[in-house]
Amino acid sequence: MLGDFFSRALVAGVGLAAVTGPLGCFVVWRRMAYFGDTMAHSALLGVAISILLSINMTLGVFAVAALVAGALLLLQRQNTLSTDALLGILSHSSLAVGLVLVGFLTQVRIDLMGFLFGDILAVSMEDIYIIYGGGIAILAILAINWRPLLAATVSPELAEAEGLKPEVSRILLMLLMASVIAIAMKLVGVLLITSLLIIPAATARRLSATPEIMALVAAVLGAASVVAGLYGSLTWDTASGPSIVVAALLIFLVSLTVPTARLFGRRESHGA
Amino acid sequence: MDMRMKGETLITLTNAGVKSGGRVLVEGVDLSIARGEIVTLIGPNGSGKSTTAKMATGVLKPSTGTVSRKPGLKIGYVPQKLSIDWTLPLTVERLMTLTGRFSRLEIENALAAVGAGRLLHAAVQELSGGEFQRVLFARAMIRKPDLLVLDEPVQGVDFSGEVALYELVRQIRDTTQAGILMISHDLHVVMAETDTVICLNGHVCCRGTPAAVKRSPEYLALFGARAADTLAIYEHHHDHEHHDDGCLVGKHGEHEHPHGHVHHDHSEHDHAR
Repeated sequence: MLGDFFSRALVAGVGLAAVTGPLGCFVVWRRMAYFGDTMAHSALLGVAISILLSINMTLGVFAVAALVAGALLLLQRQNTLSTDALLGILSHSSLAVGLVLVGFLTQVRIDLMGFLFGDILAVSMEDIYIIYGGGIAILAILAINWRPLLAATVSPELAEAEGLKPEVSRILLMLLMASVIAIAMKLVGVLLITSLLIIPAATARRLSATPEIMALVAAVLGAASVVAGLYGSLTWDTASGPSIVVAALLIFLVSLTVPTARLFGRRESHGA
Repeated sequence: MDMRMKGETLITLTNAGVKSGGRVLVEGVDLSIARGEIVTLIGPNGSGKSTTAKMATGVLKPSTGTVSRKPGLKIGYVPQKLSIDWTLPLTVERLMTLTGRFSRLEIENALAAVGAGRLLHAAVQELSGGEFQRVLFARAMIRKPDLLVLDEPVQGVDFSGEVALYELVRQIRDTTQAGILMISHDLHVVMAETDTVICLNGHVCCRGTPAAVKRSPEYLALFGARAADTLAIYEHHHDHEHHDDGCLVGKHGEHEHPHGHVHHDHSEHDHAR
């Protein structure tokens, strides 16, 4: 079944969506969308550095994304520029430095468009192993740390007062995001990774009454976007990565028409 | 001398203080909380109330002095304000298990105890201010904490709700024998049940029973004479001294009493020692 490129793309994409759904919920809850974008933009710098130092590209991208996250943490402690401005600086300068570095790499031919927008149809079996191996590891870490991660998201000070470590949770989430970006870059590209984190999670919100259900629904909706996007790109001969994002957007728009008001969170009318 | 139940000591701060970046946030705090005891920290913004509470709960390490806690001390925390974004779907039932796992029965009992039993399936974003505070009390209590920390517990709650919440605090203290540490910048929120009020302004200004603190010159200097009238204690008070130096005692050193002075103890019976 995995013999042809289309099946491999489907399997890889669905596997990725299963991870970006739950992790994306945290991105939405913690308002880390721009932060995710910043890390993703730094991925191109990771690619360039990996080639320069001839190290594994997934590792290189992860390391650079994690470094950018660390840089942000340090800059935030300075208490000077707002986080928003800091992210703007880090995001665009890391993308620009990455692009400039790639320009210097004349000895290797780099498919720049492939890194920017992904090339899910070129996924190899090795890529699938990385996606599923890494994906299962990320999901396991999320599951094991779910309660402290959620508590830290709801209220860091409450979590801290009751003996949890919200700062550790924060760093853990950043590292998980860096891992997802490293894994996802090849599939949907630097510019579109965050959409797979945010759009399915945002869609899931209206359909969920608890955080756990939202994480699950986001994973399913993400997978549906991948399947719909890939078949769409096959049918209309459109770019595969962007088609997946468009599919996710369409599902989001449809979800807006579903009346969910008062579907959840109702009070019991009878006395308790 | 009242004979309130006194149990084992949960937390003792001895001459404790915190410095951050060369700045003294709070210093020289002596404070202890025993089971069944209610201690209230009052003081203006930036006076070190939160810092002191964080030293007590172990979130902050003291840079001077010592803090000792009963081994295995379990803390329940009711935050000052908790705004839960719409994007995070959270029912009351789910909020109850935020930092620990509890059975459905335990959750129902904890909610019933604060009179919020019918809110089990409600979304937290739809609760009124008073309902939400009750749920947060229940959430902190379900852990069966030794120490309950209340950070400005009645903020944003109307007067009748405030009275009801105080009644709840008293009830919790009586039924669970938890020690209670309350933080307040609003002078209304010193409940009469408080055993010890500690008035902070970078250091301990004065301490004692609510009635004693209300009459103390240090308290009046810090908050102004009018503040005494708003301090909610159920008794008449026409006997307080007025100070001319007004209510603004901002920085350390400008304080009317010199540094290193001995602070007055206004209670005949000070639990904090």
